[in-house]
Amino acid sequence: MDHPIKRDHSRFRKIVKGRVRDNLKKYVSRGEMPSPKGDGTYKIPMPSIDTPRFKFGDKNQGGMGQGQGQEGDPVDGQEGDQPGEGKEVGNQAGNKELEVDLSLEELASILGEELSLPNIEPKGKKAIQSVTNKYTSIGMTGPNSLKHFKRTYKEAMKRQIASGTYDFNDPRIIPHKRDFRYRASDAKVEFENSAVVIYMMDVSGSMGDEQKEIVRTESFWINLWLKSQYKDIEVRYIIHDATAKEVDEETFFKTRESGGTLISSALKLCKEIIEKDYDPSEWNIYPFHFSDGDNWSADDTKLCLEILDNEILPASNVFCYGQVESRYGSGQFYKDLSGKYTEAHEKVILSKIKNKDAILDSIKDFLGKGK
Amino acid sequence: MIERTKPLEGELLRIRDEIHQYAIEFGLDFYPVFFEVCDYDTINILAAQGGFPSRYPHWRFGMDYDQLSKGYAYGLQKIYEMVINTNPCYAYLLNANHLVDQKIVMAHVYGHADFFKNNAWFATTDRNMMSVMANHGTKIRRYMERFGQNRVEEFIDKVLSIENLIDTGMLFETEELKRQRVEREKNALDEIAKSEDERSQALKSFMRTKDRGQKENKVKVEEDSTNQIIDRKINFPRDIMYFLLTHAPLEEWEADILGILRDESYYFLPQRLTKIMNEGWASYWHSHIMTTRALKASEIIDYADHHAGVMAMSRQNINPYKIGIELYRDIEYRWNTGKFGKEYNECDDMVLKSKWNKDLNLGRAKIFDVRKSHNDVSFIDEFFTQDFCERQQLFTYKFNPRTGRNEIESKDFMTIKTKLLDSLSNFGSPVIEVESSNYQNRGELLLKHIHRGVDLDFGYASDTLRNLYSLWKRPVNIVSKQEEQNIVLSFDGKEFKQSK
Repeated sequence: MDHPIKRDHSRFRKIVKGRVRDNLKKYVSRGEMPSPKGDGTYKIPMPSIDTPRFKFGDKNQGGMGQGQGQEGDPVDGQEGDQPGEGKEVGNQAGNKELEVDLSLEELASILGEELSLPNIEPKGKKAIQSVTNKYTSIGMTGPNSLKHFKRTYKEAMKRQIASGTYDFNDPRIIPHKRDFRYRASDAKVEFENSAVVIYMMDVSGSMGDEQKEIVRTESFWINLWLKSQYKDIEVRYIIHDATAKEVDEETFFKTRESGGTLISSALKLCKEIIEKDYDPSEWNIYPFHFSDGDNWSADDTKLCLEILDNEILPASNVFCYGQVESRYGSGQFYKDLSGKYTEAHEKVILSKIKNKDAILDSIKDFLGKGK
Repeated sequence: MIERTKPLEGELLRIRDEIHQYAIEFGLDFYPVFFEVCDYDTINILAAQGGFPSRYPHWRFGMDYDQLSKGYAYGLQKIYEMVINTNPCYAYLLNANHLVDQKIVMAHVYGHADFFKNNAWFATTDRNMMSVMANHGTKIRRYMERFGQNRVEEFIDKVLSIENLIDTGMLFETEELKRQRVEREKNALDEIAKSEDERSQALKSFMRTKDRGQKENKVKVEEDSTNQIIDRKINFPRDIMYFLLTHAPLEEWEADILGILRDESYYFLPQRLTKIMNEGWASYWHSHIMTTRALKASEIIDYADHHAGVMAMSRQNINPYKIGIELYRDIEYRWNTGKFGKEYNECDDMVLKSKWNKDLNLGRAKIFDVRKSHNDVSFIDEFFTQDFCERQQLFTYKFNPRTGRNEIESKDFMTIKTKLLDSLSNFGSPVIEVESSNYQNRGELLLKHIHRGVDLDFGYASDTLRNLYSLWKRPVNIVSKQEEQNIVLSFDGKEFKQSK
């Protein structure tokens, strides 16, 4: 049986998750995004999990240290190495802000629970090969961190016995360079459901910084959710004003273009990307389009609807259109879309995002159908 | 737990015998020490639980375990050893330690064991804590079964908020305290014996809570007769945990838990009062035993590496191991040479002073004496000299907002000593007393922060008041100072108020 502390530990994790859930709205509407770390977990600042006690304020208190230097010399720098034969570890109240790590799954499950999102039922067969490396074999070369001590010493022992240098009375084994063995990876092929998200954003003059911030925050959480649902996920970005181009993530959120708006240009490019790279029978395709709802002309809107009907909708799991409210936008495109595709439409989801507080609701609109 | 730790065997057993013999030879005096070997996960668990294999369920242990495990996984920290102040004394060694590390650690443990047994501040600690803690766990688990885990855990959260509101003076055993301790131990043993009985038995509380019940009845009678709340006489104003235990309107199980946590808090208190002395003493002895007896030539590099790691000075913090060991050595040197007392202090011939040697050889006896009768505050106050301060290159630092970095503020002896003493006084916690239990004649609780130069953290203070309120169930107030101004912070269950 597990040690009872594991129960304390899962209780602690539960409390942490509860706190994150309670604050989810705040995190989302403030645009505070958990910062991803290298190992696929997310760091979330957690200010108030500490037990409150009467304690001294640390304002301007400074501290004490040991070492060379004169008054005015900087203190910071290399910290001493203290293995700490700790006897009282954890008894001191930490005054550092606690940061907790949550895995993508945990964070996504919080989002899912909070918005009661259904799991997505992937379409298509598991046709995508994904290669994962599993460290199941042994190699002659490799980095020290992957050194396999047992195998190394076995090799050394074999060699010593074979060469007669092994002394049973003094059984000392000294591995030579060619005895070293390392864990090596084997490629393992797995078949997966894969998904691609294609974000399209209107960057015409009427889309301000705040609107883009909303799109950025929303796409972060959408990605997070889709990532928890699909093992492999690709993300493509398209920006457009009167013409459309594919860009990288950074440009997508930073660029500020101006000029007119031809939404059809983005949809055309989206269609081309799908045709070129993503076979709808193998991929789950999620086009998202964000704009303030201004389109150049009714003709272009007509063209848009055609592209959607004939090309994009048949290929996609669902097409999502998010209209960010802006002072300059007319919001006409939403009306045009909703006129054609009613709420009951299987493959089109429309959502209006009034301000930052509405982001969570909009995410729920998009992902709430489980497609 | 039993299968998680293993008794020593083979080579370790031989080493233990050897180190034990040296410890005896040097005059260390300790309760029997039982060493156990365990893996890093187990030692992290033990450390998270304050050294004890069995504690009551609480998420905080899980949090500490989480942090220790991460620290170990990322190679930031490693716990070589844990030693518990009980009789017999339990010590846990990490199975991954090198043999030379195990030697150091064992010698270190005997140092701690000697300190636990002999230091005056430990005189009243309950040496039976291993089973008492386990029993506390059983009781609280049963309360959880009966009243719900959330409810009990939330109550514990509140009590932990006042865990540091205890009185260091209570560690001196008066007749009354002795009587209480004997009774407590007897009850604890009874409880353990009874714990096999039917469950309802175990829910019967300690005598203490029964006492409390009687007292409360008395108060009630008086209340009824005079129809007003009495401003109670407060005997131990700093033992706020005890004050609430006896006077707050708590349910019996709540009072029992408060009493349990108070006992545990007092149990850990001596260790918080003697961090520098205790670690210094243990380090002094591991160093002495290793370098004069136990060390083999082939182990010197590993020993030096390990020892240097433990003694590393930091520019951000004071390392208690380092300051402790150096102070003991300094005291030993001074009492060996006679560099103390009126005659030496008043000598103003620097040459004479530096050559001063009376061949007294009182050093060893002196440090044994010191480890018996001092705590960190008196230890620093009495033996931390200007000469020592300069040799150790100590300094204070402060954040400079202009340059945006921490900078050395002062290397002045008195400044450093004052700051060090301030940081140690009252085990680093603000001194807080109960001033009145009938503040404004409305049964409100009034606490007083004895301000000694540093303001409270008012964010934390507010949250603490909120928790205090849920124990006292009437408005709670604390008098303190903020930026030289008197201030009263109040919480009435709904909102906070600040008044000058």
